[in-house]
Amino acid sequence: MENRPLEYDYTVAKMFMFTTIVLGIVGMLVGVILAFQLAYPGMNLFLGEGLAEYTNFSRLRPLHTDAVVFGFTLSGIFATWYYVGQRVLKVSMAESGFLMFIGKLHFWLYLVGVAAVVVSLLMGITTSKEYAEFEWPIDIAIVIVWVLFGMSIFGLIGIRREKSLYISVWYYIACFLGIAMLYLFNNMAIPTMLGTAADGASGIGAWYHSVSMYAGTNDALVQWWYGHNAVAFGFTVPIVAMIYYFLPKESGQAIYSYKLSLLSFWGLMFVYLWAGGHHLLFSTVPDWVQTMGSVFSVILILPSWGSAINMLLTMKGEWQQVASSPLIKFMVLGSTFYMFSTLEGPIQAIKSVNAIAHFTDWIVGHVHDGTLGWVGFMIMAALFHMAPRVFKREIYSKSLMVTQFWIQTLGVVLYFTSMWIAGITQGMMWRAHDEFGNLAYSFIDTVTVLHPYYTIRGIGGLLYFVGFLMFAYNIYKTMSARPVEESELQNASPMGA
Amino acid sequence: MFHWLEKHPFFFAVAVFVTIAFAGLIEILPNFAQQSRPVIGTAPYSTLELAGRHVYIKNSCNACHSQLIRPFKSETDRYGHYSLSGEYAYDRPFLWGSKRTGPDLMRVGNYRTTDWHENHMKNPAAVVPGSIMPAYTWMFTNKADIDTAFAEQLTIAQFFSVPYNKPVPMKDGSTKIVKMGGSVAEANALALAEAKIIAADMKDQDVKDAVANGEIPEIVAIIAYMNSLK
Repeated sequence: MENRPLEYDYTVAKMFMFTTIVLGIVGMLVGVILAFQLAYPGMNLFLGEGLAEYTNFSRLRPLHTDAVVFGFTLSGIFATWYYVGQRVLKVSMAESGFLMFIGKLHFWLYLVGVAAVVVSLLMGITTSKEYAEFEWPIDIAIVIVWVLFGMSIFGLIGIRREKSLYISVWYYIACFLGIAMLYLFNNMAIPTMLGTAADGASGIGAWYHSVSMYAGTNDALVQWWYGHNAVAFGFTVPIVAMIYYFLPKESGQAIYSYKLSLLSFWGLMFVYLWAGGHHLLFSTVPDWVQTMGSVFSVILILPSWGSAINMLLTMKGEWQQVASSPLIKFMVLGSTFYMFSTLEGPIQAIKSVNAIAHFTDWIVGHVHDGTLGWVGFMIMAALFHMAPRVFKREIYSKSLMVTQFWIQTLGVVLYFTSMWIAGITQGMMWRAHDEFGNLAYSFIDTVTVLHPYYTIRGIGGLLYFVGFLMFAYNIYKTMSARPVEESELQNASPMGA
Repeated sequence: MFHWLEKHPFFFAVAVFVTIAFAGLIEILPNFAQQSRPVIGTAPYSTLELAGRHVYIKNSCNACHSQLIRPFKSETDRYGHYSLSGEYAYDRPFLWGSKRTGPDLMRVGNYRTTDWHENHMKNPAAVVPGSIMPAYTWMFTNKADIDTAFAEQLTIAQFFSVPYNKPVPMKDGSTKIVKMGGSVAEANALALAEAKIIAADMKDQDVKDAVANGEIPEIVAIIAYMNSLK
């Protein structure tokens, strides 16, 4: 065989890059609208009284979470898989017509699923379970999409030239397996059209409606085992996969420690699933489950920081790159937010802290410093790294990248600081008693006091959204520019791919 | 061992799966074996209440309102007795929520009336000055889906042995029978009878007229549901 670099085929990666950007814009725009609806309730009518049913906070809220989780993040995961997978396994998608077909089918079915989700959520068709709002027909479509993703992963692995699986591939495999297991179990439901009346009639009512297989406390336990670990296998595992590939490639530095990556991978796999119980502290689930949730959440700091420290030490001796390269800025700040968020989470999982934090905006703040600071930054960094190689054009504007970085960083900081204050204020006010042992505040007092923080949060979210639009514009200008690279950029990193 | 696994994707995947499935096996399965049983006084939802529960879910009320009272003095002072596992025995899905942008609703039926809910849903800020809750005016015109609620009753009676048309023990020693229709027409008649009781306490003339004409607006169903939360 001739000794020249493989030409990888990025057709499917490009498709998913497109949905990452479009669904990111949709999800974040809805998020900004929601933020301002809390600060200024008049915003619930932003399209007029007639459409209020479809534009009010409660109807839009699942659309925001699902658009950023299953739209932006999942697309980002798929896009990077179809890029990274080929390169670390040393095989091109073009070599297998079958895998190419699976990849394209994966994309188009995913798009159909996204359309169905948007329409059904706006109509109010939901199971109410967070991040699992979809009724059974959509669930079935999602399972098929997920199986196709699995076929892509294992298909590409099956025809690989590089025998040893690179660290990123471990994490993609774990992402696939983890979500598959969690999603299937959490969404077990019985379609109500199966119910038969005494007079023999069946198929009554809405055909898509279903009833959960689990009731009450059991349902809550399964839901948060899912909900927490959807975060694990959607927001942590595949994003770690990305940084293990993109940081060494971009910086030209080898991963600091293989042993540390082993420890953090297997540690994360074992520990994460136990921690779901911390969403149910002081609830009616068994006490031992709550305690396990607390304890394992604290242990979780070890594998989480293992990955993050491994990343930061990869930059050892090359810190000047943080100043000179906007892309490295995104990834280093991403790892830092990952450390920050994985320390904050365990603190909130401590029972006495949770007593104040639970049900408040502090939790919302925690979610967002992880998703905006870590997931968002990392996915955008990955796409910035991929764009010149996929489109064979240099990035349109580096200074735009730097501006975007600072605007978004400011946005994230405004977001989580305001939510800290809001959450702790509200938690303390809820529990305050006066000298006679009566509640010191009525509930509405604890709502009106939050107005300034809700406004600041809205501004923070808006800044992040504006930054994301700059990102989208930068990528658009990059892909539509005149080609400058004759062939794909070759990187002289120690990884050699 | 790890080097070997990294060269053998199948065994690698098996190892990952076993590692992540382990926690679920230990934490979740024991609770499945131990079905949560209803406490005395907990009855299944009537057709109209269930239709109201669907309206609650349709509008994601659970995005801002919890239904879980934690065992702290500040919470029992504000919302009533802390939640017991058996009180959720008929909740499919559970509606504990994860965020209290508004107050808990676990026992809202104890301290709010039909009249209060009617005014509040029309214009929350007029009832609670400073409220940031949106108005839910469309609930006064949209019709509740009684058929789907009935289908759900049939399904849970069939698959999960929820005791419809059977005596259920109450706290005062008496028993209560929650009726489920034998046909779609019967179910609708039962729901309408319940709706008339709610509508009698309401002031909105359009809602009253609709119920008199045999139609059930969503607002009537959701108020029936919230009145049942005790």
